[in-house]
Amino acid sequence: MIKFENVTMAYRKDGNPALNDVSFEIADGEFVFLVGQSGAGKSTILRLLIREESAQAGTVLIDDINIGMLPEKEVPKLRRNIGMVFQDFRLLPEKTVAENVAFALQVLNKSPDEIKQTVPAVLDLVGLLDKANRRPEQLSGGEQQRVAIARALVNRPAILMADEPTGNLDPDTSVEIMRLLDQINKAGTTVIMATHDAGIVDQMRKRVIEITGGAIIRDQAQGVYGYS
Amino acid sequence: MSPFMTRVRFVLGEVWQGISRSITLTIALIATFAISLSLLGVSLLVGSQVNEMKDYWFDKVEVSIFLCTSGSDTPSCVSGPATEEQKSQIRTDLEAMQPLVAEIFFESQQDAYDRFVERFKASPISANVTPDQLPESFRIKLFNPEEFTTVVNKFLSRPGIEAVRDQRATLSKLFSVLGGLQALAFGFAVTMLVVTSLLVGNTIRVTAYARRREIGIMRLVGASKMALRLPFLLEAIFGALVGGIFATIILSVIKGYLVDKVIATSFTFTSFFGWGSVVSASLICIVSGTLLAFITAWFGIAKHLKV
Repeated sequence: MIKFENVTMAYRKDGNPALNDVSFEIADGEFVFLVGQSGAGKSTILRLLIREESAQAGTVLIDDINIGMLPEKEVPKLRRNIGMVFQDFRLLPEKTVAENVAFALQVLNKSPDEIKQTVPAVLDLVGLLDKANRRPEQLSGGEQQRVAIARALVNRPAILMADEPTGNLDPDTSVEIMRLLDQINKAGTTVIMATHDAGIVDQMRKRVIEITGGAIIRDQAQGVYGYS
Repeated sequence: MSPFMTRVRFVLGEVWQGISRSITLTIALIATFAISLSLLGVSLLVGSQVNEMKDYWFDKVEVSIFLCTSGSDTPSCVSGPATEEQKSQIRTDLEAMQPLVAEIFFESQQDAYDRFVERFKASPISANVTPDQLPESFRIKLFNPEEFTTVVNKFLSRPGIEAVRDQRATLSKLFSVLGGLQALAFGFAVTMLVVTSLLVGNTIRVTAYARRREIGIMRLVGASKMALRLPFLLEAIFGALVGGIFATIILSVIKGYLVDKVIATSFTFTSFFGWGSVVSASLICIVSGTLLAFITAWFGIAKHLKV
């Protein structure tokens, strides 16, 4: 369960708040779109959840744990429970597909046996088992995003967050990525996706939280993108 | 391969990537570590040498009471060479000064001549010296060399005595020169170590930039603070260790070639520091270099690496 209670957050002390008194809840296993224009505050919500930022006022809770008050040494543990995918994929160009995914396990000191078992399984899930030894540059954008999703999932997080995951992809590829995210969600993972992509939001008919100027102006189950 | 070794290999692979991506900076890091640690080592070796010479010489130092010869022109020698009476009076007085005076030894003109010829046998001046030009002397070992002035005051300006000399006075000059050299080398070493620590910080900044993708991903997937910092710490420590090995080689060359083959052959009047000093100086260099690398890297990481 994710809970924002009257969260206000400004990047600069005297600047306009990126989020202004925002409250909402996301239940376990939900699929939620965060929509709104660039700078509306979508990414700030995601950044607060992984403690990349801290709110000036209000509380951010995950499973009743106050993320803002988390001691610094607990932050890595929080992040292990949240998978993160970005518009620009953020793959390591020198590493193969399998190595990119394995990297997320290696830095957590997972055993070689576990890595050997988990990596092919998660690559199979995203449909890239046959391309395990390719490098990112040899893959299409959609395939690269699948690798990024595989890497985000490999530690079996309870929450998967995607910040404009289809922003660099053509519509057909975007649909494939959405199908994959839906499949992951159906397996029980909470998915939060910040997006601009009206077509996708309209098609998926999931919960939509719309943010403008740092405030929630709409929270709608089975919503649509809502504006053009 | 055991799981532990696989992990070690993974971390070392990351370190190697960091090093090879900024290879020129790594070379600079190793070079400054090598130079600063060598200077530190040299100052330690000069210190060992001073101690070595003190041990060697303070055992042998004596106060010399030179008696008048026919050629002496100091006021106390106006009545010519020291008489037998004066000599026996000096001896009696010296014997009365026990226990301050530990040993008394009389050097005749012939003894002095033999010693002179022995010391300057390679030099043409020994051919022009005859025994009667050299003074007779009493050589005295003091129980406590610091009490040299007591002896001087007692015998200075006494008729028949040309001069009273303390070898320690000559040695002190040498020691103060060596002490100055040691301070100079130490000063350079400290300056270079400061420069080195600045370079460690800079290397971390550049490496953090070169590895920003990896670091970003490591933070995202929840790598611990230690996992994030370890490659940087290891890279700095690697620079210090390799630099320390170079410093050890430089110190060994200084001992094995410069001191043993060059200096020792021209300065036969003293012994020189042994290999033990080189080993301990090298160890101090490597340990302090590693410590410096660890500390500056730790603070550099805190500054340049967000967790």
